[in-house]
This record gives sequence, structure tokens and C-alpha cells, in this order.
Amino acid sequence: MRYAMAIDTNKCVGCADCVVACQTENLVPHGFSRDWIVEKVDGTYPNLDMAFQSERCNHCENAPCVRCCPTGSSHIAEGGIVLVTHDECIGCGACIESCPYDARYVHPDGYVDKCTFCIHRVDKGENPACVDVCPTYCLHFGDLDDPNSDVSKALKDRNWYVLAPEAGTKPQLYFLR
Amino acid sequence: MKTRRQFIKISTAGVGAAALGLQALNMTGANLFPDQFSGDPVSDEDLTPYPTYCEVCFWKCAAWSYVDKKGKIRKVVGNANDPNSNGRLCPRGTGGIGMYYDEDRLKTPLIRETKKDGTHYFRKASWDEALGLVASKMKEIKEKYGPEAFGYFNHGNPGTHLEHLMRAYGSETNAEPAYAQCRGPRSAAYYATYGAYIGSPENTDIRDTRCLVLIGSHIGENMHNTQVQEMSMAIDQKATIITVDPRFSTPAAKSKYWLPIKPATDIALLMAWIHVLIYEELYNKDFVKKYTFGFDQLKKHVKNMTPEWAYGITTISPDLIRRTAREMAGHAPSVVIHPGRHVVWYGDDTQRERAMAILTALLGAWGKRGSLYLPEAKHLPHFPQPKYPEPKWMWKDVNEGKYPLATMGITTEIIKASIPRYKNKHQVKAWFSAGTNLPLSMPDKRLFQEAVQSIEFFAVMDTMPMEVTGYADVVLPEATYLERYDLLRSAQGRYPSIALRMPSVKPKYDSKPGWWIMKQIGERLGLHDYYNYNDYSEVIDWQLKQVGSSLDEMKKIGVKKFERETGPLYLAHNEDFTFNTNTGKVELYSTEFQEAGFDPMPVYTPHPEPPQSHYRLIYGRSPMHTFSRTQNNHYLWDLQKQNSVWVHPSVASLWSLKQGDKVWLKNQDDAVTDFPVEVRVTERIRWDSVYMVHGFGHSDKHLSRAYGRGASDEKMITHYAMDPIMGGTGMRINFVTFLKDNPNKKKEDKA
Repeated sequence: MRYAMAIDTNKCVGCADCVVACQTENLVPHGFSRDWIVEKVDGTYPNLDMAFQSERCNHCENAPCVRCCPTGSSHIAEGGIVLVTHDECIGCGACIESCPYDARYVHPDGYVDKCTFCIHRVDKGENPACVDVCPTYCLHFGDLDDPNSDVSKALKDRNWYVLAPEAGTKPQLYFLR
Repeated sequence: MKTRRQFIKISTAGVGAAALGLQALNMTGANLFPDQFSGDPVSDEDLTPYPTYCEVCFWKCAAWSYVDKKGKIRKVVGNANDPNSNGRLCPRGTGGIGMYYDEDRLKTPLIRETKKDGTHYFRKASWDEALGLVASKMKEIKEKYGPEAFGYFNHGNPGTHLEHLMRAYGSETNAEPAYAQCRGPRSAAYYATYGAYIGSPENTDIRDTRCLVLIGSHIGENMHNTQVQEMSMAIDQKATIITVDPRFSTPAAKSKYWLPIKPATDIALLMAWIHVLIYEELYNKDFVKKYTFGFDQLKKHVKNMTPEWAYGITTISPDLIRRTAREMAGHAPSVVIHPGRHVVWYGDDTQRERAMAILTALLGAWGKRGSLYLPEAKHLPHFPQPKYPEPKWMWKDVNEGKYPLATMGITTEIIKASIPRYKNKHQVKAWFSAGTNLPLSMPDKRLFQEAVQSIEFFAVMDTMPMEVTGYADVVLPEATYLERYDLLRSAQGRYPSIALRMPSVKPKYDSKPGWWIMKQIGERLGLHDYYNYNDYSEVIDWQLKQVGSSLDEMKKIGVKKFERETGPLYLAHNEDFTFNTNTGKVELYSTEFQEAGFDPMPVYTPHPEPPQSHYRLIYGRSPMHTFSRTQNNHYLWDLQKQNSVWVHPSVASLWSLKQGDKVWLKNQDDAVTDFPVEVRVTERIRWDSVYMVHGFGHSDKHLSRAYGRGASDEKMITHYAMDPIMGGTGMRINFVTFLKDNPNKKKEDKA
């Protein structure tokens, strides 16, 4: 089993609904977020291109944050979801430094926090909150090992790219062109 | 000069946390919001869902408010059976709980008092005292001037409760900015052409279209939920999108064609498109022959309105005009010429909307799959009540014969009638407002300020302290939508649907539901017969039973869909259809306009150009905010704290402006923004215009987060062009320049 997400940049309008849905679902305190939007503009007037990317933890197969964690609180759970055990985290911030995607932050309660792919929902067979809220249906989640999952189907006939491939982290967010 | 009505800043007690930034939070290491954010994410099964529909904007998406075992609202999620949301709210709806949690909310009734030194302040009052004062002032105005002199400004559900009270009392002297400051020209134009209005949500069949044409509409920047969702489906279906906008908007980025038009020239482009369709014989001949009136006049009218003619006006090349016209014709009738929503731009907006309605007809893009479908809404019978009294005069009389095709009150005219020097035959002496932040919803704030000093009494109902509440004599704090029963929502759409809003928690602080506040005033005025119930849930249950449902059923399902009763969604091939116009046809030539003395077919008129060193101010929407009402919502504030002014790199270079520089804006009338605004240097805008998102630059300190963030476009809109047909206020005729030093500081120093 390999959980992953595909993000259709042709459809995303950058509204940040995914950000708020995550905040309310996961009780993320004001001032912090586990996901965010990047706007990319190319060209000069009037020949322009623009795309939005909804970004979050890449749940890397080769996760530097897990390798560098001194307490083992950062770990890879079933399906490849990278998690932080809050009680074991000392908030040292090594993982934050090691992450090429800037996906982690120190929660006001002292531990490091990040996207969990909404594991509490995924465990019940539901989608992450961001996927289910998106008004453009641009987020696709599921198991890459299952050819009928939303994410497998979304990736099947489309070109995609990943972020910072040079870091060798084997990220599991796939951006559809 | 001593003012009769000083602006009072409502102070907020305690909770300094809101002012602390991200770094402060990190440094303290303590969660300053323990109540709202304590606990772990839980499964939906452990939460209790209560049905509601959203009030962050006018789309009214049905949703579930999820409450945990401690009685805290955790989240609001779309109702999957709702055709407006399809189970997916937009960021504002998802962040709607921020309205409930906002610590800056109005907490108790407030009454204006004057200190010995003449300064004004708000005194906390009991509900009994505040309601009694409003009722006694209403009685006083009625005795002195008649009930018609009590004007009111309404929007949305709170405004509907207010309207019921005022009509029972005897006044129809009202306006809602949603008409003359927003959709009005569209209503007049489509009614003149098709004998039917474009309602809300718009009956655009974007889901099934082959070609979506957006003229200054920016779906995805506005989060008109269903349309955003359907545009995404249209992209999946590889539909062609054509966007006409001086800015490379979000939908422009998803378009096959972007036409970066020179602002204020849209009518020329539309007429040239019409010219191409007619003279290349690309128009839908069957539709035109069977359903329309005035084709020959139109053909003659547009004879010289060639793409070459339009090129010199619009800066759009003749080739691109022809190619896009042919593309539309190729997809016809599966084309949506989107009628837009906020369409008050240049004062000839009804004529621009008419050109869009005519273009639609030439494509036969009406009543066909992928064009404008035939919408239907469920009629909900009114709860039994006596007839409203007939007022001696009303909003229409205030216009004194102008704007003959207006179908609703015009904000600026009601406001002028409140100022004695305008010598209106009908004088407005007092105001009531609900659901609209008037000074930030209309042009020319000076007019508002003069009027508010002239009136004798002003009552305001709202959930938040806003610019408008600072001018009130009595402030009535309304409970948020998550804390109250409210009107049933009956939405038009492909099929009729209704939705229930019920409280998921008790009202916070000493706020009360809008229906309760208005009923209490009504009872004090002896209008009990109009309020013949104890709780609004009785009204809802009665109405639901008339349509075969009940409150009990709706509490379980939230949304109920009904079968269509008016026939299919689309016209059948060659079906006979009589339009509700003078000729019974789609009027390419408007007999209604001709009779009223207006151009029966649209004519392009040049508009003033920016003076030297000035740029046309265009404004629009952010997906994260609604009007000027959401900037203090902590969730939405986190997403976007301020607006910026978009400047083309060539303009930035001319003024030596860099990304992130702070400037003040000054307009042609020397109005200056209260606060600086960040420069955004971007290729996404023409060099003759600057752009800002509307609704920022709040000047009230009681909005602890929104205060002083960004600049108010409304402050720059001192000038407006009245649409002679229906009274719309065209607001994109203001020109701004940049000030690098704080102009407000200079004034202070001199003083």
C-alpha cells in the first residue's frame, strides 16, 4: 500500500479552501497551516501562463525528516504516511531544517506538526479533508498500488512532475500539468 | 464643525492574543487559543451535525455544522445533496466558523450617548431598552413625517427580516446595494431582451457547455461555488474558455483566448463580435427567425462596427476578434456568454449587458444544453399575515422620474433624499440597516457622511462592528448564522431545492437572532398580527408542511429537492415559446428602451481616459473574502490579511516601485487612502490600469485584525456614473496615482 496525492494544476484556482478545511479538521491553531498554495506565473504581458499548486508534506519514501529525528517520533506509518508522535517529539527542529518542502512547523504546544494525510479519516476509508472540500475537484488521493484508486486513475493519462526531485526524497505528491 | 453624529469606535475588551503575530506565538510556546484548538481530530461519527446554509456570501450553500461532545463547533462542511455546494463549501464557507468565534463580535446592544465635553460614546444597554428606543423613534418618525420617511438598507437574510418589519410599519423607502451597486444593469438588460431575469444562482449551464465566455467575470477569484465547480468540469471536458479582462485573471490562465481589453471599451468588442456573426452569416438562423425581433434593424445598426473599427477602441486585434467570434459560432448553441454579477462599471452598463444578451440570442445560446438553462425555484407560501399597508410614497418616488426601468431602490438616491440641500420632494429622516456595511458598499463616502449627519435616527443590526455601526444611534447585535433559525432557502437551479438553517449552538454573548430582534420591535409597535408566532421555527414548520415536508424531516436532511413543475430544462427543437416582452420575442431591438427614450440597440460611447500620471482603478474579488465583511474572520485573515495594488512592470519602473513597496493612492479628486498598500509588480495587468481586491483598508480599530490592513478601493471611488436606465452607479471611472510619502502624516504635522 502506498498512499499518494495528485494535484491537478490545470483546475486549481488557488482559493486555499484546502488550507482552511485542514485547519478546522485538524484543529491547527491560527497563524499556522499544514498546507498552502503556490502561484506560478511565467511569461510577459500578454503572453502569460499561470498555475496554482496546493502543497503539503510530500510523505516522502526516502524522508530526511525521519532519518534525522533524534527521538524517533518522526516515523513512517502504514501506507507510507509520514507522522510525528507528539508525545515523543522534543521540538528540536532538526526535521524542519531537513525538509526540502518546508512542510513542518512547531506547534504552540511544543511539538512539531505537519500534514497527516488526515490519517484519522483515511483509516475509515475517507479522503483527507482537503480532498473532499476542494471546489475544483483538483485533488486526488488514494493507494498507488490500487489501479482503481482516484490517484492511480488521475495519474494514468496525464503528465506530472514532483517537487525538488534533485533532493532524492521520492516525494508522493504528483502535480498534473 | 461639530458633527451631530460622530463615528464611535467600539472598544474590544481583553483578548490581546489576536494582535500577536506568528513569531510571538512561537516564542511563547503556549497555545493561546486553548479552547478552540484543544483536543485531537475526531471522526465525524463522534460529532453531531446540524443543518444550516452559509451566510458568508449570497450563494447560500447548504452545509452541516459539526458540534463535538463539549458543545463546540468543530467545522462546517457542505451538504452533499445541495445543488449549490455539492457537499463542497468554498474557503469562506469552510472558514465560516470564524464568524462565530470572532472575539470582536458585537456582544450587547449599544446606545449612543454624549459626554459633557460633547464627545459621543456607546453605552451598553439591555435588549429591552434598546428595542424600546428603536420602537419609540419609529413611532416618533411616523407621527412627525409618516412611516415612509423611515428609510432602510437591507441585504441578505437579516435584511429580509428588516424588510418585513418596515413594510408592516408602512415603509418601502429602501435600497439594497446588491441592486444599484451590483446586479441591477443585468436585471434590466435581460428583462428587456428575454422578459426574464437572470436570477441567483445564475442559470448558466457551465457544466455542459462547449464554450464559456467571461467578460470581466472572474470565476475562481469570485467563489460563486457552483460556477467554480462547473468551470472545473468544463475544463475536464476540454471546453473552450474565452476571457475578456484587462487583467490576466485566474480564469484567463485557464482560457484558450485571453483578450486583454482596454478598460471601458467592452461594448465596442461586443458589437464587433455581433458584426462578425451577422456579416459572416455565422449566427443561428433558426433561432433568430423563430424567436427574435429586430434582426434587420440590428444588422443595419452594426454595419460599420467592424473588428477594424473595434481594434482602435479596444486594442484587441481584428484577427483575434474574428477568431473568437468564429469559435463561439462553432460551438453554438452550447455557449455561455456569462452575464456577470457585479456589473456597475461605467454608467452604460445596462447597454453592455444588452449587447451580451443580444450576442447570446444570435448564437441561439438560450434554453439549450450548455447555454442558459430554464431555471426553477420552489415557491414557499408566506406564513399567514395581514396585507402590508400601502405607503403614500416609496423608493421609486424618491427617483423623481429618473431611472424609469429601475426595479429596486437606488442606494445613492435614498441617501440624497436624506440630505435637505438636494430638495427631494420626499425627505428621508431616519435609517435602519441590516446586513450591509453601507459606507464600504457604495461610491462617494462623502455623500454617506453628509446624509448620516442629516438624519434624526439610525439603527443598525449586524454581527460585527463595522464602519456602518460606528454611525448608529442604536446597535443591535445579531447572532451569527450558526446560532439561529432563519428563513428557509429556496434556490433556483436545474431543479428546485430548499434548505434549512437551524442553530447548532446557543448565541454567544448577548446576541439574538435577527427574526427575534425584528419581532420584538414589531410587537412594541403593535404589529403582532405580522408576528403571530412565538418562535421562528413555527413559521418554518408551517411553510414546510405546505410543500409536503416538515421541520422534523428537514432537521435530518437539511436539503430537499423537488421535481420540476415547469417542464424540461431546455427548449425542445423548434418549440413554440412566448417571451414576456412587448413583442413576445427576444428583442434584439428593445421596444421597451425605445419607448422609454433610450437607445434601442447598444451604442459604444467613449469614456474619460486617465489624466497624466494616473491609472484606471479596477477592483475585484479574492476567493478568501466576501465584500468588506470577512476581513476580521481569523481563518480568512490568516489566508489573506491585506490587499495589494497590482502594477505593470513598466509602470513600476517609471515610478521606481519595487515589489512590496508601500504606497498611498490618491485619486483625481485628491482623495487619499487611509493606509498604505503594498505594490505587487506583475505582468498580469495592463499598463493603463491598477487593480485592487475590494473590501480591505478597514478604518475601525475595533476590528482588531482587519484595521489598517491594505487600502480601501471604496475610498478612491469618489466619482461614479449613473446609468440613466436603471440607476446603477458605474464605479470604474476613477483614476489613481502613487504617493510614496505618507500624505496623512504631513497633514498631522501641519496641524
